[in-house]
Amino acid sequence: MGEPTVAAPRGRPRRRRRIGQYAVLTLAAVVVLMPVYVTLAFSLQSGASSLDFPSSLLPFPPELGVFREVLDVSNLGRYMLNSTVVAVAITALQVVTSILAGYAFAYLRFPARGAAFVAFLATLMVPGEVTIVANYDTVVSLGWRDSYPGLIIPFAATAMGTFLLRQAFLAVPQDLRDAARLDGYGHWGFMWGVAVPLARPAIAALSVFSFLMAWNQYLWPLLITDVDDLRTVQIGLKTLATTNVDQLNLVFGGTVIASIPIFVLLVLFQKQLVRGLTSGAVKG
Amino acid sequence: MTAPTVGALRDVAPSPVVRRRRWRERGLALALLLPSIVAFGTWVYYPFARTIWLGLFRTSPFGNRTTYVGLEQYRDVLTSSDFHNSLWVTLLFTLMTVPVGLALGLGLAVLAHQRLAGIGAYRTIFSSTVATSVAVASLMFIALLSPSVGLINQIIKGMGREPVYFLERPGWALIAIAAVTVWQNLGVTFIVISAGLQSVPDDLYESARLDGAGAWSRFVDITLPLLSPTLLFGFVVLTITSFQTFGQVDLLTNGGPLDATNLIVFSIYTEGFRNFNPGVAAAQAVVLFLIVLALSVVQLKVLERRVFYG
Repeated sequence: MGEPTVAAPRGRPRRRRRIGQYAVLTLAAVVVLMPVYVTLAFSLQSGASSLDFPSSLLPFPPELGVFREVLDVSNLGRYMLNSTVVAVAITALQVVTSILAGYAFAYLRFPARGAAFVAFLATLMVPGEVTIVANYDTVVSLGWRDSYPGLIIPFAATAMGTFLLRQAFLAVPQDLRDAARLDGYGHWGFMWGVAVPLARPAIAALSVFSFLMAWNQYLWPLLITDVDDLRTVQIGLKTLATTNVDQLNLVFGGTVIASIPIFVLLVLFQKQLVRGLTSGAVKG
Repeated sequence: MTAPTVGALRDVAPSPVVRRRRWRERGLALALLLPSIVAFGTWVYYPFARTIWLGLFRTSPFGNRTTYVGLEQYRDVLTSSDFHNSLWVTLLFTLMTVPVGLALGLGLAVLAHQRLAGIGAYRTIFSSTVATSVAVASLMFIALLSPSVGLINQIIKGMGREPVYFLERPGWALIAIAAVTVWQNLGVTFIVISAGLQSVPDDLYESARLDGAGAWSRFVDITLPLLSPTLLFGFVVLTITSFQTFGQVDLLTNGGPLDATNLIVFSIYTEGFRNFNPGVAAAQAVVLFLIVLALSVVQLKVLERRVFYG
């Protein structure tokens, strides 16, 4: 990118240029992956061995025992289960509430529809960090501290999801709606029989996005859980780090285990995730 | 001839059938919206109002006596040197993370926007940090920054120097937190800017190349202007995110040393849940809201412009 190309390079110069491009790309990839690699490499050596550069980056022979050990000495399995339950439940709730509300805003006529839509979108302007003190009181008064409902219910609805699905529903051709009406479909039948199947890409994008957000939550689960058995994996990692200060390879092993589900998710659903992340940015 | 008929039709009261259908539609709309309305009411609107209200009350240092002090507490928060420090540190943090994050994301996106065999693998790697949570990213940076085992300090010690206590030094701690943040956000930034790049038509580059424009001038004259709405969007989103930062601080520095990393949200958390000053925490939260609101307004303006040009 730096050197100005005068004419289309041919033969050897073109090959040299190509090698240069790969070199820059690979260097960038190494830098981006460095924290991940170092964590993995450190977790694969026993805690006793002193870590010296550069041999510390080549754990040989690798000791896989740390992964079993961390699952034995910590509650990591339970944390991961909790995170899975919470993230799946939040995703399911958000998808359902967004389908219902998105449908209403796309197809139904009712008074103050525009104002209601603005009131929905306005919730995006209140970050969760602003309301933690009051929401904490609510959770306490409901008796939901240290409980799944306390971790899940506050995130049951999402204005972004409602917006995404409203847009997807509005893109359903008018002809289909008329045809469905002539075939005797009511709103309920049309919603689940036609609109929702056609909005599947938006629903998939919302699902991946919601799951990721829910899985990665930090502040809220930290506030409302004290019982170790109800901690999510993010807070569990904090517990792991503070209780094993002298055995950092355990901490790194736990970090590796904790990040595997989301890395798998990213590889499997890259397309949906990208759509979810960019729907606000590109389509506006 | 037709005009009076239309007018007459409009004046006629809707038939009972139509009216019933209309009411049924309203009822259905209410039913469909109800779950979201209840959720937003309970977890956004009500707590928002209550936060403003809580800011009017002061809790005595020891005990549960709570007294109404009106706007006095807001005034105290706005003039407190601790809170000024939090605002200042948060602003510094934003300045450290947002421009660097955008520049790196842009650089990676431009790098990956080439037709090369295997470019998909590089794209996956560049977007991979989107899969890291704040806890995972923070612990991974311990592997780099820890004075005893961290890779950077291994290298420093290998050169015969004393290790650097990145997270314990006031001069370093905020930079370390900023580095974690930039890295963790890199994936999202890369994805968003890449999507923006893909919407730049290829033939623009072709004709510029035919006109003899070099790579740099193609970047400055085509890529940057056409990408500016995406970059502005990224700028606002990253700025708002940086004002919401909490996890890195809680995991790595606890707000220290000497409040050098006491970002706004960490300050709200400390006042509300460690010092048991819900009133002070609420007043600080209201200030945070106003800042984010101002940034959101900027964001809306940016989006409006984008719709206009796009």
